[in-house]
Amino acid sequence: MSGQVAGDALAGHAAGVVETATAAERALGLADHLPVLVVLVPFLAAPLVVLLGARRLAWPITFAAAFFSLAAALSLLSGVLGGDAISYHIGGWAPPLGIEYRIDAANAFVMVIVSAIAVAILPYARTSIAAEIPARQHVLFHALFLLALAGLLGVAATGDAFNLFVFLEISSLATYVLVAMGAYRDKRALTTAFNYLLMGTTGATFFVIGIGFLYMSTGTLNMADLAQLIAQQPGNRTIHAGFAFIIVGMGLKVAMYPLHLWLPGAYTYAPSAVSAFLAATATKVAVYVLLRFLFTVFGPQYTFEAAELTWVILPLALLAMFAASFIAIFQVNFKKMLAYSSIAQIGYMLLGIAMLSQTALTGAIVHLFNHAITKATLFMVIGAYVLRAGGAFYRDIEGIGRVMPWTSAAGVIGGLSLIGVPGTAGFVSKWLLVQGALEKGWWWMALLVVASSLLAVVYVWKGIETAYLRAPREDVDRREAPLTMLVPIWIMALSTIWFGLSAEWTVGAAGTAAEALMSGASQLLISGGAGH
Amino acid sequence: MRHHLILRVITKILAGTIMLFAFYVQFHGDYSPGGGFQAGVILAVAFILYGLVFSVETVQQVMPPWLVHRAMALGLLLYAGTGVFSLLTGYNFLDYTALAPHHPEHGQELGILLVEGGVGITVTAVMLSIYYAFVGRTPVIGDEEW
Repeated sequence: MSGQVAGDALAGHAAGVVETATAAERALGLADHLPVLVVLVPFLAAPLVVLLGARRLAWPITFAAAFFSLAAALSLLSGVLGGDAISYHIGGWAPPLGIEYRIDAANAFVMVIVSAIAVAILPYARTSIAAEIPARQHVLFHALFLLALAGLLGVAATGDAFNLFVFLEISSLATYVLVAMGAYRDKRALTTAFNYLLMGTTGATFFVIGIGFLYMSTGTLNMADLAQLIAQQPGNRTIHAGFAFIIVGMGLKVAMYPLHLWLPGAYTYAPSAVSAFLAATATKVAVYVLLRFLFTVFGPQYTFEAAELTWVILPLALLAMFAASFIAIFQVNFKKMLAYSSIAQIGYMLLGIAMLSQTALTGAIVHLFNHAITKATLFMVIGAYVLRAGGAFYRDIEGIGRVMPWTSAAGVIGGLSLIGVPGTAGFVSKWLLVQGALEKGWWWMALLVVASSLLAVVYVWKGIETAYLRAPREDVDRREAPLTMLVPIWIMALSTIWFGLSAEWTVGAAGTAAEALMSGASQLLISGGAGH
Repeated sequence: MRHHLILRVITKILAGTIMLFAFYVQFHGDYSPGGGFQAGVILAVAFILYGLVFSVETVQQVMPPWLVHRAMALGLLLYAGTGVFSLLTGYNFLDYTALAPHHPEHGQELGILLVEGGVGITVTAVMLSIYYAFVGRTPVIGDEEW
């Protein structure tokens, strides 16, 4: 009986999957190992940095590892854009028993986002961290950064539900400590990090309870296998409970509206480089996990028809778009304003998921990328302000646009992209969301997306007004940010324009990813139905 | 603890025995699941007990904090390095067959031994560093720091 099930699962694996040949057939080359190397290199670099313990070596090793991951992720993405999937068996044990790393367009795209942001932020972090964290902690900072990076990449790469939980914990634990490192600038980072630890661990616990329930009723942890076996038992209460636990657990990690309370503090009090990295990657990877479970493991039929999740996610997404934007307007701290804006932007992604159409899902996945580069730009700009003005409160940065014109101009570009002005990256994803809404005939939804963008106009304008239209304060030394920060900031700012003007690559990759998520799931459901 | 003669004598006798037991659990890992984690905790217990009775400074002469930090990284590298070895010799990551291609079952045994060794080293180091962090008194936060 169980042999039959395992056999079915293996047959399912063979369909449309480029299997890496086992060692018995031929020796594997470097390119065959990319699915694991993309995670392994930063993961190995972390203990290496600690073992060497040399402050001068920490940064080059970290940067080299992140750069390797980016190259590997790009190469993987180009390999799977045709719609194939790459499967890698850890330890040579075949799935569903062994741990499988399974790369398709969706997770390769997420890995490109994460590693690209890491590569862009590291040169900037070198200067920013030197000012915000004492020198004796630099080695550990880099080790933690690498662990967070490896964890996030691992979450994306793996095709095993429990392995995903392990990587989620690796990245989360590293992140809590990175946030707490903000305590050298502001002691409130400690309570915030503790708060984040409690909420994040609750989320992870809910997630692993859900995985436990699924394992109890299916006897497998492999996601493709789970998808088949879940489709065979539609009325199973244990699976329903597992589903609920997983959604709430990931909702905490995603910062879905009522579960977002950890986010504003964590982004506000973390060191500037960490804020930029987290805002651009951590919630994005959590959104990916949500997508993976909603579409691949449970399948759209289960998620949106049996559980009617559209009517759970949709109101929460709308609430996030309006309430969080509204709160952002009344902030007096630039970083906190951006944090609330992040919650609102996550609302857009959830909206794209809840609408359940190819266009809207593509919009949500493109928004992962576009929002990542937009928020990274803005948080990096604020890091430069913090370096020169000593704080991120509006009163610290009054009139700073005149003394730091280059930094502030990049900030304006980021702000415009946040609003979704045509010609910036933010426009592309909002346009797709509006199109998705119109396709469904939900014209009111399209209006709501535009209306919430108007709220973004208000809070972005407040920032611009503070930076440009107030008289600069005289009592602080104000110079332009150093080139080591300015160049990465401008690379990010220009990329928001680049991906706003030529959106073929991002929309194409996200479209393939959305297709993989929607069709892959339904194929599995069909083959599962045939097995009845 | 100077006047607790019995505790001091018993600790000196027990510390070695606990370590021996830790190694027994470690090397029994080939035959039964687990091993590295439990052995690491038990080995750390020997040091922690010694530290509790004979002061942290004494135990830190044997196990200085810098060594503990390095050991943490070393164990992880040993584990991952085993995987990288099989990766470099043309097998999948962590495929222990690579360690003895002509006798795959010997390769599995050797692989488990190395990997569990890495786990043991890291767990010992992590347990010790948690202990050091708890007993190491943090400086009192001054008023001006708030």
